Parts: sequence; structure tokens; C-alpha cells
Amino acid sequence: MLRVTLRNLLARKLRLLLSAFAIILGVAFVGGTLVFTDTLAKAFDGIVDGSVPDGYVRPVGSTADDSGGFGTDGRTIPASVVTELEQVTGVARADGTVEGIGLFIVDREGKLVGGRGAPTLAFNYNDAPSMTGEPSVTIPVGTEPEGAGEVVLDERTADAAGYDIGDAVSMVAAGPQPRIEAELVGIAEFGGGGLAGASLVFFDTPTAQGIFLDGEDVFDSIGLTAEPGVSQQQLVDAATAVLPEGVEAVTGDQSAEETEDIVSTALGFLSTFLLIFAAISLVVGTFLIINTFSILVAQRSRELALLRAMGASRRQVTRSVLAEATAVGFVGSTLGLVLGFGLAVGLRALFGYFGLDLSGTPLQFELRTALVCYVVGMTVTVVAAYLPARRASRISPVAAMRDDVALPESSVRRRTLVGAVLAAAGTSLMLVGLFTSVDYTAYLVGGGVLTVLIAVALMSPVLGRPVLRGLGVAYGRVFGTVGVLATQNALRNPRRTAATASALMIGLALVSTMAVLGASINKSIEVAVQEEFTTDYLLSSPTFTNFSTTISDDVRDLDGVDEVSQAQSLPIDIDGTGAFVTAADPDELLAVYELRDTSGSLNVGDGQVALSEDAAQERGVTTGDAVTLTFPSGDQEAEVAGTYETSQVVGNALLPFSTLEAAQVQRQDSTVSVNAAEGVSQSELGAQLDEVVADLPTVTVQNQEDFTDAQRASVNQLLFLIYALLGLAIVIAVLGVVNTLALSVIERTREVGLLRAVGLSRRQLRRMVRLEAVAIAVLGGVLGVAMGLVFGVVLQRSVADDGVTDLAIPVGQLAIVVAVAAVLGVLAAVLPARRAARLNVLRAITTE
Amino acid sequence: MPYVSTEQPALTGGGYAARAVGLTKVYGSGESEVHALAGINMDIASREFTAVMGPSGSGKSTLMHCLAALDTATSGAVLIGDADLALLNDKALTALRRDQVGFVFQSYNLVPTLTAQENILLPLSIAGRKPDQEWYDTVIDTVGLRDRLGHRPNELSGGQQQRVACARALVSRPSIVFADEPTGNLDSTSGAEVLGFLRRSVSEFGQTIVMVTHDPIGAAYTDRVVFLADGRVVDELRQPTAETVLERMASIQTAAIAAADARLGH
Repeated sequence: MLRVTLRNLLARKLRLLLSAFAIILGVAFVGGTLVFTDTLAKAFDGIVDGSVPDGYVRPVGSTADDSGGFGTDGRTIPASVVTELEQVTGVARADGTVEGIGLFIVDREGKLVGGRGAPTLAFNYNDAPSMTGEPSVTIPVGTEPEGAGEVVLDERTADAAGYDIGDAVSMVAAGPQPRIEAELVGIAEFGGGGLAGASLVFFDTPTAQGIFLDGEDVFDSIGLTAEPGVSQQQLVDAATAVLPEGVEAVTGDQSAEETEDIVSTALGFLSTFLLIFAAISLVVGTFLIINTFSILVAQRSRELALLRAMGASRRQVTRSVLAEATAVGFVGSTLGLVLGFGLAVGLRALFGYFGLDLSGTPLQFELRTALVCYVVGMTVTVVAAYLPARRASRISPVAAMRDDVALPESSVRRRTLVGAVLAAAGTSLMLVGLFTSVDYTAYLVGGGVLTVLIAVALMSPVLGRPVLRGLGVAYGRVFGTVGVLATQNALRNPRRTAATASALMIGLALVSTMAVLGASINKSIEVAVQEEFTTDYLLSSPTFTNFSTTISDDVRDLDGVDEVSQAQSLPIDIDGTGAFVTAADPDELLAVYELRDTSGSLNVGDGQVALSEDAAQERGVTTGDAVTLTFPSGDQEAEVAGTYETSQVVGNALLPFSTLEAAQVQRQDSTVSVNAAEGVSQSELGAQLDEVVADLPTVTVQNQEDFTDAQRASVNQLLFLIYALLGLAIVIAVLGVVNTLALSVIERTREVGLLRAVGLSRRQLRRMVRLEAVAIAVLGGVLGVAMGLVFGVVLQRSVADDGVTDLAIPVGQLAIVVAVAAVLGVLAAVLPARRAARLNVLRAITTE
Repeated sequence: MPYVSTEQPALTGGGYAARAVGLTKVYGSGESEVHALAGINMDIASREFTAVMGPSGSGKSTLMHCLAALDTATSGAVLIGDADLALLNDKALTALRRDQVGFVFQSYNLVPTLTAQENILLPLSIAGRKPDQEWYDTVIDTVGLRDRLGHRPNELSGGQQQRVACARALVSRPSIVFADEPTGNLDSTSGAEVLGFLRRSVSEFGQTIVMVTHDPIGAAYTDRVVFLADGRVVDELRQPTAETVLERMASIQTAAIAAADARLGH
């Protein structure tokens, strides 16, 4: 029996490859994701281990994530602590560290190096070793930076910006000196291997303190190096004894672990995001495999009946089909693994393009990746082949004696019924997930969507009939007999046509969902901006970093400005729940923006806060209550002065700047809003503002229109990324169409020969196959768009409270989806049509 | 006519290789009801070569499918050896087909991807048994295929393919072999080879064979011919020759025409 299975496989290599293709692509996606994220993790581990010292002294509560986007914890440690630590027994050396955030290198063309990708990290240079015993940083080329006019960059950054030793390096910073220029005197090399694209900038200590710490002789943290034979814990214990209040010492291991936790959480999101798309591809692949095996079983039913007649038990027949599936799964997983490795190379290149350069880290191939790939690939194939295999076992032995073998099939009615039940179940799952507050929302919604899609796939033989009939009428009108034949071919085996179309439907449904959601988000942004963007110009950072407060001073000095409002936004906890808050001068802010107060006063004074209605409700507080604001430096109590209608401009809460000062947050600006003075046109003001920020690529000047465009561009960018990732699922589905057509052509060899014999030209024959393909694809497109519309509307409703207030249906885009489906059908038909046209007429007719 | 009984026999094998007792098979229902078999009683003796003949639509193929446990009867009983097929579940039927029954089909039905040898050994490999080497050699030499064993079906002539199919039916030593018009697709020379081989396996190895055929010359190779018409056994002949078979067929035809005339009121 096994031999029959294997021979079958080898005799039909092309078919094997086609059905394996679905697995190959899906597994490649999984494998590529795992290899890539492992590589990322390895790169970051290297960075952490190569940079963390034996012991680390820092203000209490500040953790590694401060070096991320918002790094505005302004607390410092006096330099005297360094001197004291140097005297402690067990401490070999103590190095005060300035950790400069918000500094960017500007290249020769005036553009930011790194941009939105990896961060730029500035430090005071020292040769202190990391935990590994090697110095974190060496300067193999040139000299150490000395004095205000000297800087050292890492090699990649220097190359990318086009700076050689001796050149003047331009930089912009968020501190009191927005523009910095210094001579490049050396090239630094990082001890931990690759930097994942991060840029390193080194000054001498006084210069770094001048740029980042207002010139005081203080440090952000202190790195400790242990004497030989002193453990990290002993080092920390010894150091703790001399530390002033508010400063703590932690071991290098703990500090590294904290950082790695944050990194692995972020990587976890990335890999989950990618794996979701891999899963979608695999679901689509499952359809392809079910279909392929159904057709293979149908074509081999006579042979299977023969085996039954010769005494093979049902189980043996089932097992032989499943064995075939296992082999297909194995081959597919193996090739998928190889392709996945290639995909990881591609992903690395892609991320490199966006600034996350991993070329310094070799791709990480772990045993787990191979295991996961094989388990996933083979399980999916075998599970998908199970239904066809069971059907194969129901072939009656007497079929071996008959010429026309019909496979026993469950009735369409039962399928439709099961589909309807599933659809109801899936819909309720989705609704429960979206509109009630339960845990695991994503799982519920995802599961619901999947269930509904499967339900529609089950019902598609019935749902698809009117679509196919409609197409048939059009075909008959336009293409005559060939069109009629094509329609009948598509209708002949509604199950097969529907299953093939369903695979395409899934990808297109998700694309349509995203299109509806994206259009709704864009429209909501537009509406919100129109309503709330009441300023003439907004200065903000395209990289979502802050910039120097001196810029607003420059703006205020302009002749053409009237009201100016500067604001700093940051994430903090209010009463233990995360919130995005804005600090501003309330008088200035309210002069530019129309915040509608719903209670109390928005004119927040010291120790006060105003909350958005939503934020207040969520925390169950009202005007007059006290709330706790949690900053990195600790908690602060604040009184709720008033509440306002939810606004995109301010976020969840409005604070006075004094609160930030009290919390020792470094004062920087996130936005500056500017209104033109009377008699000054908008464009005049715009020109003036452009001049202020001309050499500051971290700041952009936008009016309402620019702002909307920029927001829309970032939404669209994400949409296109998702479309690209869904593309793989669609490619698999198109392969499914190719497969179905190719197998149908083989199955109808005799009929094709007959048609040719009675005078159908090759061209007509090709057209017939093509029209059938288009019918299948358009069916998939129509079902997909219909499902996408439903999902899109439901999703929009569920996030209406989160700012996606307006529903927009991108009719044009959805029409394009259907049109693209038709084009995909034409493409899918190329090979099968050619194959059919090439059949030798005589041989085709006499074929068994 | 000792082998055609009108009485209801007891449901035991009675030493026969196979028996049909009051066998009926109805297709469709109501207006479109067709009685393919209208109550057949028939015993197949062991070590005998039996031919079943009759005009198209007489029910011979249906009878064979039922006898061979491929199809189920509407009423009546089929026994292979002592086993009443109606009492067997699918598993037992499968085992019975595997161990007791062999088939030769009109269209050979070889697995195209397997070599001749692998096709011959297929029933044994399904059953997970090793071939009896001596018997295997005997069968191969009898069908005269030793030099073609490594070939695929599409590299063999029709006659060779059918001999492979015969060898496949015999190699597991079934208690009964059913052959469905085994020479229907063959030229006369190849047909004669196949029939000669079937004859020898009865005479020399004591195999029981039931063959459905249209061909009086083919029927002449057998020990006994059973004639079917309209789903009933209408006649039978022992030690047939082509001439006697033709004669009987002609008379059955005449009787059928006379009956039809009578029905139409002539």
C-alpha cells in the first residue's frame, strides 16, 4: 500500500509540487519570521551584553525603557557620587555616564541619519569595560573626543552621513542648544558586535553635560566595574552603602535582563504580527490542499475502488491518502524552511533599508524553528487531507468495474446548513469580542472572522451560484458558445469552483476589510482635523521625538505671529492606568484651540490636572477629586480642575508645565502651534516658520492640509504594509486556481479532445479555460469584497469610541479588488490554458 | 437440471464455492423500477470453470458483482464458502474480498504507476502477507511473463496486461476468482492466451473461476455455462463447445422474441 502511495507521488511530481506550494509558502512565512526575530533578539542581546557594566547606579525607578522614545527623565546624580564610589572597596572604577537622547546626526544633504528607524544614542566617551570584560567602545581610528568642538561617531553612521575624519559634523538636539557642530576626530567601534542600525555619538564629558544636562557636573547614571574576584552582587552591596537617597545600584545582570525584557516584548509584538499573516497564508493553503486532494482522490477513485475490490480496508485507503499528504507536507515543509531562510535574508535587507541594520549579526537558525516548521507544515497538510481521505475510503469497490466513477459526496444542503450554523457562531463570537468588555478580544474577533470565512466557504456552492449564473449570462452574450461552455464548466462542479474561489475570498476579504477600515480611519482623521486643528501652523517632529524649547522662543520673536502655544506630550500613568497627557500653558493653549469644557475649569494651575471626559469616566473621578500621576521619578498628587470633551489635540489629560518640573522631566517641546498675526497671510507666516526650522530636520511645519496629508500618508503606509503581507495569501490562492484548472483540464482531456475534434480552435479553447478562471476568481473577489464590507463596518463600529468615528466605504478601491481578482484569474489560466490547447486531438479522444 | 433448484435451499455452503439463493437486485423505484436480478438460485462448484452468459441487460454483471461481494443484493442470499455475505459487516466483507476472492476485469485495472510484478503482488501487500515463492513462480511461469515483470502497464500489450491481471487474481490463492469479460478488450490471439491460462489454472491447480462472457468460443473453455435472461437463470450447459453454446443462445433469443411477440399481442 505504501508503495502505491509513493509511486503515485512520484508519478505526479508537478501535482505534488503544486499542492506542496501552499505549504511551502506558508511554512516559509513562519520560518522566515522565526529566523528573523531570533536574529533580531540575538543582535539586541549582543548590544545589551556589550554595553552593560558590572554594576549600574541610577536614580530609583528609572529603567532601561527611558532610553526609548521619550527619555525625558531629568533626574541626575551629582559627580561627587562618582568620586565616593571610586573609594569603595571592590570598585575598580566608577564612570559617570551622560545618556543623551534626542540628538540626531544630519548628513551632508541636510537629512537625518537613521530617521524613523534605529535610535541615535549620545554618550560621554570613556573606556570602561562592559560585563564581558571588554571595553564597550574603542576608538580604533583617530583620537578620543576632547573639548566642545570634537565628536566621535560609529563607522556606519559616519559612512552613511558621508563624514570623514576632520569634517564638521552637524547635529540637532532637543536640549537648549538645538544645533551643534563639531569636528569628527575619531571612529568608534562597539564591543558588542552589530548595533542593529543604531547610531553612536561620543563627546567628552563636559561637552556632553553641556548639551544634555544644562552644563551641570552631574550624570544620568554611573557604571561600576568590579575588582577581580568581586561578584556583581558584592559590588552592588558595597556601592549601595555610599549612595545618597533616590539613587540605587543594580547588578549588570539585572540591568541587562530589564533591557532584554523590554526588547523581547517588542520583538514578541513583531513576531506575533508577522505570524498572524503566516497563519492567514496557512489557512488559505489549507483550502488549496483540501481542494487538490479532493480532485486527486476523484481522479484516482477508480484505482482506489480497485484497491478496495482487492481487499484493502477503508482504513488502508484513508491511510494511503494521508500518507501521501504526509509526504507532501514533509517535502513542502523542507522546501518552506529553505525558502523561509531566504525570506529572513529578505526581511533583514528590508529592515536594513528602514534603518534597522542587522548585517553585523549572522542569521540565527534554531532547532525550534525547524521543529515548528515541520510540525506546522505536516499538521496542516494532514488535517487538510483528512476530509478527502475519508471520502476516498467511502468509494464502493464495485466502482472499479464501472466506467463513470462518481465519488460519494455529502449533500450541498447539509454543507449549507453546517455553514449557516457556523456563520451564526462566528458572528456571535465576533460581536461578543467587539462590543462587550471581555478578555482575549483579539482571539475572539480573530476566531469569529475565521469561523465566518469558513462558514461562507462552506455555503459558497450555494452563494456562488447566482454570481456564476450572472457571469454566465454576460459570457454568453459576449463570447457566445465558448462563454457558455466556460460557465458550464465552472458550474459543473460547484463544490470545487466554490472551494477554489473561497481560498481567494479569504485574502481579498481581509484586504477589503483593511480598505474599509483604512478609509474610515482616514475620514475620521480628516473630520477630526477639520474640527480641532484650529491653528494656522503646527510645528512637530516627523519622528515623534521632541525638540528644543528654544525653537518656540525663535518663533515668538517672529513679526508675523500672534498666538503661540508650546506643548510637551508624554505617556504617564494616571491612577495606575496608562494615559497620554499634554503639558502646556493653559492660557496659550486655549487661545489657539477650542477645548470644550464639560465641568470645572481647564485653566489648570500648579498641582492641578484637567481630564478628558473618557479618561475621567474610566477612572471614576470628577472635578474636585484627586488623582495620582506616576512619573519615572515617582508619584504626584493632582486635583482634577475640570473635564473636557475628548480631544485629539490634548489627549487624556492637560497639565501645567510646573508639574513636569516637579517630576524632574526634561523640558522639551513636542509641538508648537502658531497663529498668524492680523494682516499676515498664512503663506507669509509659513515662509517665516520654514526659515526658523530650515536647518532642523527634526521639526516640520504643517498647516491643516499638510497635517492631514501626513497623517493619511502614515495610515496608508501601514495599510500598504498589511496589503503586502496579505499578498502572500492571495498568491497561494491564485496557485489554487492554477491547480484546480490544471487538474480539471487533465480530468476533461477527453472532452477537450472532442471539442477540438468538432472544430473548436486552440484560441477558443484557451479562451474557454481563461473565462472559467476569471469566473472562479471573480466569484472569490465578489464574496471577498462582500465579506470585507461586513467585517470592515463591524470593526469600524467597534472602534468608533477610539476615534474612528466616521465610516467610509472606498467604493473605488473595492471595485479595484474585484478587477484585480479578474486579472489574477487571467494570469492563473495561462499555463492550464496552454496545456489544454497543446493536447493532441486524437490522443485526447482515445484517452481512458 | 440438477443445479437449478426451485426449492428454497438451506443457507449453508453445502460444499459449494459460492451460492446464490433467491437473489434479487432492484434498481430505482416506482415507475423506473428495474429488476436486474429477479430471483436467482445458483451454485458454483469448487474446482470448476463456470461461464455466465446472456444478452445485454440480462443481469450477468450484476450477478457477478453480488456474488463477488462488491455489491449488495436487494433480497436473497449470497454465500461464499459458508459465509453469508448479508451477515458480514464492511470489515468482514473487506477481509473476505482480500482473502477469498480474486478479480479479473475487462479493462485490466492495473495500477499504472506500479510495475507488473508490483501489480501482481498488490493483493498480498494490501493484506500484509509474503508471497508463497513456489506458487508465485508457478503463476508467473504459467502466465509466461517472467521477462516483463519490471515493466509498467503502459509498456505492455493488452494481452500481457490481462495476463498480469490474471496472475494478480491467482497469486493470493483465493477460493474463487471472478472474471468480468476478461477477453472483451483483446484480439482473438491474446484472448485465447488468457482463456488458456484460466483453463489451466482450473485443471492443473484446482482453482474455482466464474467468468462472465459474451463470446461462445470463450465459453467453450469452461466446464459449465449458465444462461441468464431478464434477471433469471434460463438454461445451462455442461462440457460446452462453441457450437452448442451458439445453439442454446439462439434458442434463448428465439424464446425471448416469441415472448415479446406474445406480450405485444401478435
